[in-house]
Amino acid sequence: MDFGQILTDGLRASIGINAAAFALAAIGLNVQYGFTGLLNFGQVGFLLVGAYGTAITVDRGGPLWLALLVGILAAVGLAMLLGIPTLRLRADYLAIVTISAAEILRITVASRQLEGFTGGAFGIGGFAEAFYDLNPYPTGRYGIGDVSFNHRTLWLLTVAWACVIGGALIVRLLIRSPFGRVLRSIREDEDAARSLGKNAFATKLQALLVGGVFGALGGIIIALDASFTNADYWKAPVTFFAYTVLILGGVASVFGPVLGAMIFWFFYTGLDTLLRQAIKQGVFGDVLTTTDTGPMRIAFVGLALMALMIFRPQGMLGNREEALVDER
Amino acid sequence: MSDDAILEARGMRRSFGGLIAVDVDEFHVPRGQILGLIGPNGAGKTTFFNLLTGFERADDGSWVFDGRDLTGKPSYRIARAGMVRTFQIPKALSKMTVLDNMKLAAPHQRGERFFAALARPLWISQDHAIETRALELLDWVGLADKRSDYAGTLSGGQRKLLELGRSMMTAPRLLMLDEPTAGVNPALTETLLERIQSLKDEGMTVLFVEHDMDVVTTISDRVVCMAEGSIISEGTAREVVSDPAVIDAYLGRHRRTAKLATEGRADRDDHGEGAGT
Repeated sequence: MDFGQILTDGLRASIGINAAAFALAAIGLNVQYGFTGLLNFGQVGFLLVGAYGTAITVDRGGPLWLALLVGILAAVGLAMLLGIPTLRLRADYLAIVTISAAEILRITVASRQLEGFTGGAFGIGGFAEAFYDLNPYPTGRYGIGDVSFNHRTLWLLTVAWACVIGGALIVRLLIRSPFGRVLRSIREDEDAARSLGKNAFATKLQALLVGGVFGALGGIIIALDASFTNADYWKAPVTFFAYTVLILGGVASVFGPVLGAMIFWFFYTGLDTLLRQAIKQGVFGDVLTTTDTGPMRIAFVGLALMALMIFRPQGMLGNREEALVDER
Repeated sequence: MSDDAILEARGMRRSFGGLIAVDVDEFHVPRGQILGLIGPNGAGKTTFFNLLTGFERADDGSWVFDGRDLTGKPSYRIARAGMVRTFQIPKALSKMTVLDNMKLAAPHQRGERFFAALARPLWISQDHAIETRALELLDWVGLADKRSDYAGTLSGGQRKLLELGRSMMTAPRLLMLDEPTAGVNPALTETLLERIQSLKDEGMTVLFVEHDMDVVTTISDRVVCMAEGSIISEGTAREVVSDPAVIDAYLGRHRRTAKLATEGRADRDDHGEGAGT
């Protein structure tokens, strides 16, 4: 087996577009779930509206800046739409509404009636050129050995990782402020927060909104990378990958989602190469074929998530003492 | 008397299905005093607390706090107005430090606004002042050496003390304590009661729900007794405790059984019914 290949594939993925996009999605979930205790099981919906908001605006002749703004505002709108009716209720309602809203959105954008607008099942393409026109890097390949990217990807990577680092720094400022204290108090006990004069509803709405905007940024980056978006991509596993990234990195730790995304994509991609090579060499005999690598590695994600919860509930960067405080 | 009431409530009603949990025509809390609210289990004391503090919606009724109508206001607004409550089962914010629990409660924090939170210089000096105050109050409740521990590691009694200190961080004008000594060991109970009494000396008004008659008679200036949702007696602790209506509410059939027993005619049929009271 070619371990060099496995390693370079993994390394390339660990700093690649997906790692950055999922880091952003997980930073958003961290604000919502990690710090405020909101169960958003439809983060993919925020990625979707970001991607489609941007794609449709460009498709209709809008400039790039407006398209990005529309993508972000779409997430704000979605957060308000989902949050205002549910955040006054018990926590589980948000979980139900977000997971269903994400499904509704995915099915809606794929509908035949909206074909002129969203491209229906075919999706929308060709909206990313305005972004790549701004590319300052000369044509070529950049990197060390096989861990390299072309000038287009490098440009998107630069922007994406700048968003990730900027996002993590913003979260760090927020969390270490009195606002962050209110967020955590709501996670711990909303009634206690309210009994001390904190407007829990408004604060939860703000958290949902901020987390949703980070999700939208992740969605926009994924769409720009593919120069294309259609409904097939925006399915529930995207949300669960983002949760895995968050738990792996460390719930309620500022840089956990970033490290989590890098580790996740290193193993997720490395495992793919490993499985393919093993199958080609007949290690699994007739039991597995190369088409099985996709499902197999998703199964491994589940397994890894379980192992994490048992052996390292605080993730890579989380605080073990905090994770294990007895909740009475 | 009602001229000098800090809180006045009228016509408070709340029912759950067919059960009338609270039905209080008139209730007032005299300013600067300690008022004890007593009553047997299920009398509606906690529900009444919840109505006044906005944690449950009243079917009917109105209440005025220090000249402000708070009828139907959300709980956080009632707390901001200066009516601050604690809970029967203390709500320590487990995964936050004791000090953060305290600092959270301070009112009017500039850094609680989203955009201001991002600009540290806007709120950092206020935050330092809040921390100083929090440390003073932690000292006052005897938890100063626990300041960096997670609140989830505190004992039940320590959580009650933390809640008391945390409520004081809000600078309340009426402190509403729901069973402050429940589940607290005797030594800590004494500390707690001393603290509550010292608050009164500083001009604070305190309303507290309590089961323990000793506690009630020790610290309250006046006592109100509820039973089956209504107020059945009020006055000084001594007056209320000796009120036949109160004795009836507390002892119910036990009393009758006891009386019958002394008359030498213990009635077997009554045993079962009295057991749960």
